[in-house]
Amino acid sequence: MSRPARHRVLPGFRLSLGFSWFYLGLIVLIPLSSLFLRTFSLSWEEFWGIVTTPRALAAYRLSFGASLAAALANVVFGLLVAWVLVRYRFPGRDVLESLVDLPFALPTAVAGLTLTTLFSAQGWYGQYLEALGLKVAYTSVGVAVALTFIGLPFVVRTVQPVLEDIDVDVEEAAATLGASPWAVFRRVLLPALFPALLSGFTLAFARALGEYGSVVFISGNMPMRTEIVPLLIITRLEQYDYAGATAIAIVMLGASFSLLLAVNLLHRWSQRRLEARPGA
Amino acid sequence: MSIVVEQLARRFTQGGSPAVSRVSFQAPEGAITSLLGPSGAGKSTLLRLIAGLEIPDEGRVLIDGVDCTRMPVQQRGVGVVFQSYALFKHLTVRQNVAFGLEVRRVPKAERDARVEEMLRMVQLEHLGGRYPGQLSGGQRQRVAFARALAIRPRVLLLDEPFGALDTRVREELREWLHALHERTRLTTLLVTHDQQEALEISQHVVVLSEGRVAQAGSPADIYDRPASPFVASFIGGASVLHGHVQAGRAAMGALSVAAPAAAREGEAVQAFVRPHDIKLAKALAGAASASTATGRVERLKPVGGYVKVFLRLPSGDEVTVEVPRSEFDALGVVEGDSVRADVRSATVFVGDYSI
Repeated sequence: MSRPARHRVLPGFRLSLGFSWFYLGLIVLIPLSSLFLRTFSLSWEEFWGIVTTPRALAAYRLSFGASLAAALANVVFGLLVAWVLVRYRFPGRDVLESLVDLPFALPTAVAGLTLTTLFSAQGWYGQYLEALGLKVAYTSVGVAVALTFIGLPFVVRTVQPVLEDIDVDVEEAAATLGASPWAVFRRVLLPALFPALLSGFTLAFARALGEYGSVVFISGNMPMRTEIVPLLIITRLEQYDYAGATAIAIVMLGASFSLLLAVNLLHRWSQRRLEARPGA
Repeated sequence: MSIVVEQLARRFTQGGSPAVSRVSFQAPEGAITSLLGPSGAGKSTLLRLIAGLEIPDEGRVLIDGVDCTRMPVQQRGVGVVFQSYALFKHLTVRQNVAFGLEVRRVPKAERDARVEEMLRMVQLEHLGGRYPGQLSGGQRQRVAFARALAIRPRVLLLDEPFGALDTRVREELREWLHALHERTRLTTLLVTHDQQEALEISQHVVVLSEGRVAQAGSPADIYDRPASPFVASFIGGASVLHGHVQAGRAAMGALSVAAPAAAREGEAVQAFVRPHDIKLAKALAGAASASTATGRVERLKPVGGYVKVFLRLPSGDEVTVEVPRSEFDALGVVEGDSVRADVRSATVFVGDYSI
């Protein structure tokens, strides 16, 4: 298949594509393949045995479950924060804007310690929550809380620019046609924001899956109950069980990659509708 | 169903100048009424106040005799078309047109029938399955019309609907809107800064300036009998000549035209002259009269079928004259020549306004 070459002002498609592959290979693909090589020292039965122990299965459930819950919570509240930042001008807006990025900058261990203190039985939040019978620190809820904290900026920062580009005319047109504020939101705004929300969700979810530092403090790390996959991997490493650690890491890697790929395909499908051009 | 606006006012910033300042006018039932004015005149704000997208600080809006000043936009039953089309990008043309009917819970059978009827009306029945991103600008705006008309609005409000389109499409759609209105006879309010558009398709024109009504009337009234120097200069691209009242006439150097009856001797006057109301002749040709002056051709600008001649009069005023191509060729003047200008018609105002 030969296409007439399109002239561009900035040349270098082949060079930049080649470099991209080389660079991603160097910093992503090669380190990851060494992970696979490690596990080759195990037989298939040994590998299967390690990755399906009840303790490992419990860790997968917690990691994926808590990450999913955290990402979903971030989609809802991240959208709200982005909405406030884009649509309103109020005193303290700049402060709020900077607060959003704080989870990016804060060392995750600091975040973990802070959250643990807040949610422990004597902490500011914990004392009231425990009175209501809700234990957060040292439970799976605590894991989800920590993952929500670190994922918030991803949703806000992906939704914000898209929201800024949405013409208020479109919402006004819907209102003149008789749509209630809720109908405007659900039928007009949400479909337009869907690709961005999906991107934000994916980033927050992926970040939560790999998170370690903030979780280890608040989770209490009880095997079978509050142990996340990254922690299980570290535990294996501390026992000098490199093959075991990498086996679990590979399951995690495979599952994460499939999920991210699926979400990206969904994203492309939803984006294509919005970007259809004449003659398409 | 007429639109009546009474003493409507809206101010956006505390202490700033109001966007709309005690505006009153009527849009007659079944007619197209244009809100015409330069940008910043408050015409879009006025339209939004009538649509219910803005709430006025003072005054009333009556649609069909019913006061709907505080009525939510959803209940006003107005069809609005925006300059930016404001289509729902994630919905097909058919779904866009059906939107208003769906949120109003019109039964599906009736809804489908009405959508097809609307698509036929805007001649887009073959494109119902496309997304807005796959249509041209003119087609998109027709979808916006179909969507606004599908809810059977009481009145149609158009906010610079053809402003984002190129000249040819704009003229086509203007004709199309005229034909559409002939059929529907829907009371329509058209916001525009394009006087050509306003004079061509509306039966009633409201000229706005700085948030106030400068003049309201038929297109002929506005064009032939401007009520103020602002309207005279805004409509028709008139040049202004400065002079004084002398012996009951407005005299600009050797040139003089009839002065208004109320003008007193010695008062300053301004005469507004439209580009085609001046007849050019070779200098020295024919007899000089009171309404002629000899001017110098400063610049010539051929514009398709006619030539714009920029003329400097002895009084110092510059006037623009539009001469049809054939007439210009017969005249045979070049830049720097002297020509005789015969002012056949002028609108004279007493006083020294600055615009």
